[in-house]
Amino acid sequence: MLEVRGIATFYGAIQALHGVDLDVAKGEIVTLIGANGAGKSTLLMTICGSPRARSGSVKLEGRDITALPTHEIVRLGVAQVPEGRRIFPRMTVFENLQMGATLVDPTHFQRDLDRVFAMFPRLAERREQRGGTLSGGEQQMLAIGRALMSRPRLLLLDEPSLGLAPLIVRQIFEAIRRIAREEGVTIFLVEQNAFHALRLADRGYVLVNGRVLMNGTGKELLANPEVRAAYLEGGHA
Amino acid sequence: MHARLPRMLKDSAITALVAAALGIFIVGFRTYDVGKGLTFDYQFVDLGIAVVTIFFGRLGLLLAASGLRWPAFLLGTVLGAIGASPLKLPSTFLHWFVVFAGVFIILRTIWPFIDEAAAKSQRSAAGASLKQAGAKWFGAALLLIAVVLPLTPFADQQTMDLAVLILTYVMLGWGLNIVVGLAGLLDLGYVAFYAVGAYSYALLSTQYGLGFWTVLPLAGMMAATFGLVLGFPVLRLRGDYLAIVTMGFGEIIRLVLLNWVDLTNGPAGIGSIPGPTLFGAVFAENAPAGRQTFAEMMGVPFNSNQRLIFLYYIILVLALVTNFFTQRVRRLPVGRAWEALREDETACKALGINPTNTKLTAFAVGAMFAGFAGSFFAAKQRFISPESFTFIESAIILAIVVLGGMGSQIGVVLAAVLLIGMPEWFRDLGAYRMVVFGLAMVLIMVFRPRGLVSHREPSLRLHPVHRRGSA
Repeated sequence: MLEVRGIATFYGAIQALHGVDLDVAKGEIVTLIGANGAGKSTLLMTICGSPRARSGSVKLEGRDITALPTHEIVRLGVAQVPEGRRIFPRMTVFENLQMGATLVDPTHFQRDLDRVFAMFPRLAERREQRGGTLSGGEQQMLAIGRALMSRPRLLLLDEPSLGLAPLIVRQIFEAIRRIAREEGVTIFLVEQNAFHALRLADRGYVLVNGRVLMNGTGKELLANPEVRAAYLEGGHA
Repeated sequence: MHARLPRMLKDSAITALVAAALGIFIVGFRTYDVGKGLTFDYQFVDLGIAVVTIFFGRLGLLLAASGLRWPAFLLGTVLGAIGASPLKLPSTFLHWFVVFAGVFIILRTIWPFIDEAAAKSQRSAAGASLKQAGAKWFGAALLLIAVVLPLTPFADQQTMDLAVLILTYVMLGWGLNIVVGLAGLLDLGYVAFYAVGAYSYALLSTQYGLGFWTVLPLAGMMAATFGLVLGFPVLRLRGDYLAIVTMGFGEIIRLVLLNWVDLTNGPAGIGSIPGPTLFGAVFAENAPAGRQTFAEMMGVPFNSNQRLIFLYYIILVLALVTNFFTQRVRRLPVGRAWEALREDETACKALGINPTNTKLTAFAVGAMFAGFAGSFFAAKQRFISPESFTFIESAIILAIVVLGGMGSQIGVVLAAVLLIGMPEWFRDLGAYRMVVFGLAMVLIMVFRPRGLVSHREPSLRLHPVHRRGSA
């Protein structure tokens, strides 16, 4: 579904990605793990067209989207849960979800809304509340719900566990699993929380200093001593 | 607490000293024009009174700040009483000055209580819904007053003139609210579109004999086109940078109007612009050939107020159209996209909103309403020149939007009444009225930093009013 080939991305003179190759097949959950500053978010943003890759290509279902602006890429069925959630703080939960459905035929709205509320009952309780007054976990649910409202075929998530309590992290990951398994949405997940991400994912990539160091199934990577040493030991057991 | 008193006295003394040093040339001397030149006179009594007032004013604030409310309150009352007393101070302004100092200290002492009460009412759900209902009724009452005002005995020429002026700014404020309040684009050159609308009508009517109602939509379209032209190059900019560029654009338009003498008649302006007509009837004592006057059409005696009342209703309707449009468009995808763009541009892109087009429509729509208001202005004044479209106009319109509370429609009305009305009401204060005006603005920003009406009404609800349970 998503085919990334030899992507190189620069911030001014600094090269953040050095020829990254990556594939996500339809219906898969693929995760990208790595340390701070490895280029995880840059890769996700490059897939979305901002910043643009200086060389290499990004293909979505065979179509080259490397040079498309972000909002055009979204129109092709790619939804993004940006880093730091980026919900609209002064708008209510309901309005936030409505914004997610901007591109969708309004006849789907009610059904999609019910689906999101079924997945995150907390959002249903707080539908009239302003986004900025929600807790961090609720904001993350809202950001995911908002992305789902655009009826994506591919969902990109950037560190959904960032700054959340362990219990909430588990809920969020459970929701992501359901989105993939029950709704059939393909998922590309960027995470620092390697343990949860690899347990959830079908396959994973490890990014170090802008290069893919290794890849394999979630189980393989979880068992890999190098991965354990770098990302798991001392963290979760 | 007493231990702090010497320090407070010292602080107050320093403040008074600084005031004295600053005021010695501003207040202490006064120049007179005597026949062949200037001479000056000393006004050290005035200066002394001012400095003493400042000393006690500072002391009062310090007392209030350190929790000594009662002494501060007493001091404020004494100051206020002295200012208001028939005691002979050298000038009226000093009376005002002393009264103001007293009132300010009193306000400062009781402010914590008001603040707490306000916060309490905001916290309770009942308070919030009461506020919503209150705003609704308040809006309805304002509208009713606006509609019947010309029919009341108060509607003399002076009042109607002021009312037309205020409504013009209400309309401009509502128009700019789309750009600044909803879309969050800081536009300091809004007056440019107002000028485009005004000159569109002035030129099309004097050169081609087109009527007001024909030109009105054209002027709106012209201004919207200019909005697109401005919007296109500046889309990449945000915040401060956008503000500077729009400010430059406003000045460019004014300079073009000033220097393109062949088209605009330059600084001399365009005169004898025809006023608006009602079903072809003109508002004048004698109709030009082939026309009839409003008085003839209605079979009533001519009265110069008729024209003013007619203008009043035109601008009222235009302003209401602007308001209605904004209220509707907020519920449409494009309006919601404007608000979302104000909140977070990156998130908007991630949701498939094209930020370029969204900003452009906001600019163009805002400009269109300025164009309507501009052509109304030209038709009302019957004479326009570049002088009417200086930067200060943009600043006033922006001040109305900010003071009213970004994005709040009713706030714009309140702020326009205050900002346009206040300088008129304070005319008695003579040269000091701008000082009072400035003070009032500072006070509003101190006590209501997010504008008079900072509450944002959700543009849509799932159920009419969803009451949250005790959860």
